[in-house]
Amino acid sequence: MDIPDKDLLAPGHRGCAGCGASIAVKLALNTLGKNTVAISATGCLEVMTTPYPETSWEVPFIHVAFENSGAVASGVESALRIQGKDDVNVVAFGGDGGTVDIGLQSLSGAMERGHNMLYICYDNEAYMNTGIQRSGATPYGASTTTSPKGTASFGEDKPKKNMPMIMAAHGIPYVATASIAYPEDYVKKVKKAAETKGPAYIHLQQPCTTGWGFPSEKTIEMGRLAVETGSWILYEIDQGNFEITYRPEERRPVKDYLSTQKRFRHLNEEHIEKIQKYVDAECKELGL
Amino acid sequence: MVKEVMTSNKAVAEAVRLAKPQVIPVYPITPQTTISEYLAQYVADEKIDAKYVKVESEHSAISAAVGASGAGVRVFTATSSQGLMLMHEILFAAAGMRVPIVLADANRAISAPLNIWNDQQDSIAQRDAGWLQIYVENAQEALDTTLMAYKVSENPDILLPSMVCLDGFILTHTVEPVEIPDQESVDKFLPPYVPEHAFLDPNEPMSIGNFADPDYYTEARHDMEVAMTKSMEVIQKTCDEFAEIFGRKYGLVEPYKTEDADIIFVAMGSLCSTLRVMVDQLREKGEKVGLLKIRAYRPFPTEAINEAVKNCEKIAVIDKNFSFGIGGALYADMKVKIDKEIYGFIAGLGGRDITPEAIMEAYEKTKAPENDVTWIGLKEE
Amino acid sequence: MVSIGCVIKTPGNSKNNKTGSWRTFKPILDKEKCIDCDNCIIFCPDSSVNKQHDIDYDYCKGCGICANECPSDAIKMVKE
Ligand SMILES: Cc1ncc(C[n+]2csc(CCOP(=O)(O)OP(=O)(O)O)c2C)c(N)n1
Ligand code: SF4
Ligand code: SF4
Ligand code: SF4
Ligand SMILES: [Mg+2]
Repeated sequence: MDIPDKDLLAPGHRGCAGCGASIAVKLALNTLGKNTVAISATGCLEVMTTPYPETSWEVPFIHVAFENSGAVASGVESALRIQGKDDVNVVAFGGDGGTVDIGLQSLSGAMERGHNMLYICYDNEAYMNTGIQRSGATPYGASTTTSPKGTASFGEDKPKKNMPMIMAAHGIPYVATASIAYPEDYVKKVKKAAETKGPAYIHLQQPCTTGWGFPSEKTIEMGRLAVETGSWILYEIDQGNFEITYRPEERRPVKDYLSTQKRFRHLNEEHIEKIQKYVDAECKELGL
Repeated sequence: MVKEVMTSNKAVAEAVRLAKPQVIPVYPITPQTTISEYLAQYVADEKIDAKYVKVESEHSAISAAVGASGAGVRVFTATSSQGLMLMHEILFAAAGMRVPIVLADANRAISAPLNIWNDQQDSIAQRDAGWLQIYVENAQEALDTTLMAYKVSENPDILLPSMVCLDGFILTHTVEPVEIPDQESVDKFLPPYVPEHAFLDPNEPMSIGNFADPDYYTEARHDMEVAMTKSMEVIQKTCDEFAEIFGRKYGLVEPYKTEDADIIFVAMGSLCSTLRVMVDQLREKGEKVGLLKIRAYRPFPTEAINEAVKNCEKIAVIDKNFSFGIGGALYADMKVKIDKEIYGFIAGLGGRDITPEAIMEAYEKTKAPENDVTWIGLKEE
Repeated sequence: MVSIGCVIKTPGNSKNNKTGSWRTFKPILDKEKCIDCDNCIIFCPDSSVNKQHDIDYDYCKGCGICANECPSDAIKMVKE
């Protein structure tokens, strides 16, 4: 992989030690290059990178609110294009909350209108910035502060919203899933998305040491476990053509993934079996 | 310069065409809708070289407007009532980010009950968002004010967005003759927007819309207050410049027969036309009455108001909005800032006509007051 | 005094904030063992490993990802 002389997300940011979100953004920006304008929704990313008067962004950056990065990016893209700046990459980042929950409408509109932009959802599977509340992207069984385990609760009682497929249903030219643990695959997808004319969407799984409850050095390992167990599947839908971009040699049991995280530690065999079945079905459906 | 008969909505659209914004994100809502339609057509016909962003909501309209203005181009959007309420959060962000967007609000009542007719509760509810708010009385003023709003908002000492408030239906759907300035004169009056404080250019990267902790937040908000105060001077200067080129005079307020008046009506928007006629009629009967039309509600023109009301005994403020337990917003602001005997009247909510009888009732109740605040034209059980 | 709209015109100046002070464990990289896979560079959340595989202790938060992802055991985490 190409290593740049300087990362376009500067250090000194306030992300937790081992934060996967900064890895996600650094890799995307380095791939897109300096000729890029970035937009971010409110969330860990924005808060950790722009404590006035300091910014970690080496490229032009704008943040407005939590639920509108799709619309803000639409405005930015329109302003750049009307000025003839067709070669500038427009990339919007949103957390899972800012994307699959509160920002869904804004993003849907942006994708439908065909803006030439890339939207990356950095999915850490909960509202981390505000202290680990569940989102529509929180997986089945995960204990969060608003889907806590308890005497009458095993944590989140619904499976994760299938956001990449919702985006694919918009008929946009490029949709992909990715993981920070597979940087070559991710970077390839960012490149493809940037070369695509029109809207592109990448749904990136980003393990979070604080929210998931694992030691900081395991951020990448956790992403790998998600993919190796089939809990997170890497694929792309390029001009409507679906393709799995990474196949684990042999799928490991989901238990290997679940048992290493505090958010799942309360689950009993029955729950784990249910999750295994759910993952099996998903893998079967996508041909993994 | 040509003269045409048109609605205030058309007049706003004409002003927008002349102001040449480059990005126009709008979402339709009664009674603003025809603005969104005219502009779509102008873009379709290449009368404006702009990107018309077909947003899926007003929330996205204002969000895209902030994005585009932040990127460094001139932007226009328009809405009304529920749409403005949906924008609420981002209106504050726009002002705090100091992006000089111009927004036309077709003043309409707010649900519930659902009502599409005129009052001014919608824009009044955005009073503290940090936007300049100018209320207009007729179609010509709507056109002229929209042009002036850009010049004031984009002034490097101001950099706050502007809301041009026009009464729904009464103005938005009523035709009047309007002088349309020629492009050359407008270009002379309103040069292109070339921001220095905020834009998005890979050759000069900056971060906009940042996180500010208690060490900085207060100063950031205070700077807005300073700019808002300063905008009074800039509005007046801009009005003077406008008058020089186009011949039509405007100001922060517009006094009418106030010098020797014992009682002065104070109001905003189209109601002032009715009040002016009433003042004349009452004067014929020997009543010493005047009218002070407030054009700039934010910034609040305390000095200009004081100057206009200095000789009067009493003031009757008519508000098409109200704050529970307080009365109208303009009334309340007057009570805080103007040292006079002031009475407040609530009228014209949800499109109820403010009749000459209603105005007479306000006048009589100012002469012989019963309450500080009175709802006029209220139907008894 | 703040800038208009709190706009920041000094890209990347979060470098003023030396996050190395957060560290409780410190990565020590043994170049002898290094096989130049660049994992430590790619995965560092704090841009603290340069192309020559030197660690920048000004920013390294000591997360340990580099050590965990090093295929040749070239990085050890030691207590500060
Ligand atoms: C309208 C609105 N509602 C709620 C919030 C509070 N809030 C800020 S960030 C956030 C959660 C962000 O979660 P996510 O998008 O997943 O990003 P993360 O912090 O996990 O990176 C919430 C609830 C807000 N800023 N605005
Ligand atoms: S909570 Fe998670 S996503 Fe947020 S800064 Fe910490 S590690 Fe990163
Ligand atoms: S310990 Fe973490 S922050 Fe330090 S160099 Fe290694 S990966 Fe980077
Ligand atoms: S991860 Fe280990 S082997 Fe790879 S470059 Fe870094 S030190 Fe060398
Ligand atoms: Mg999240």
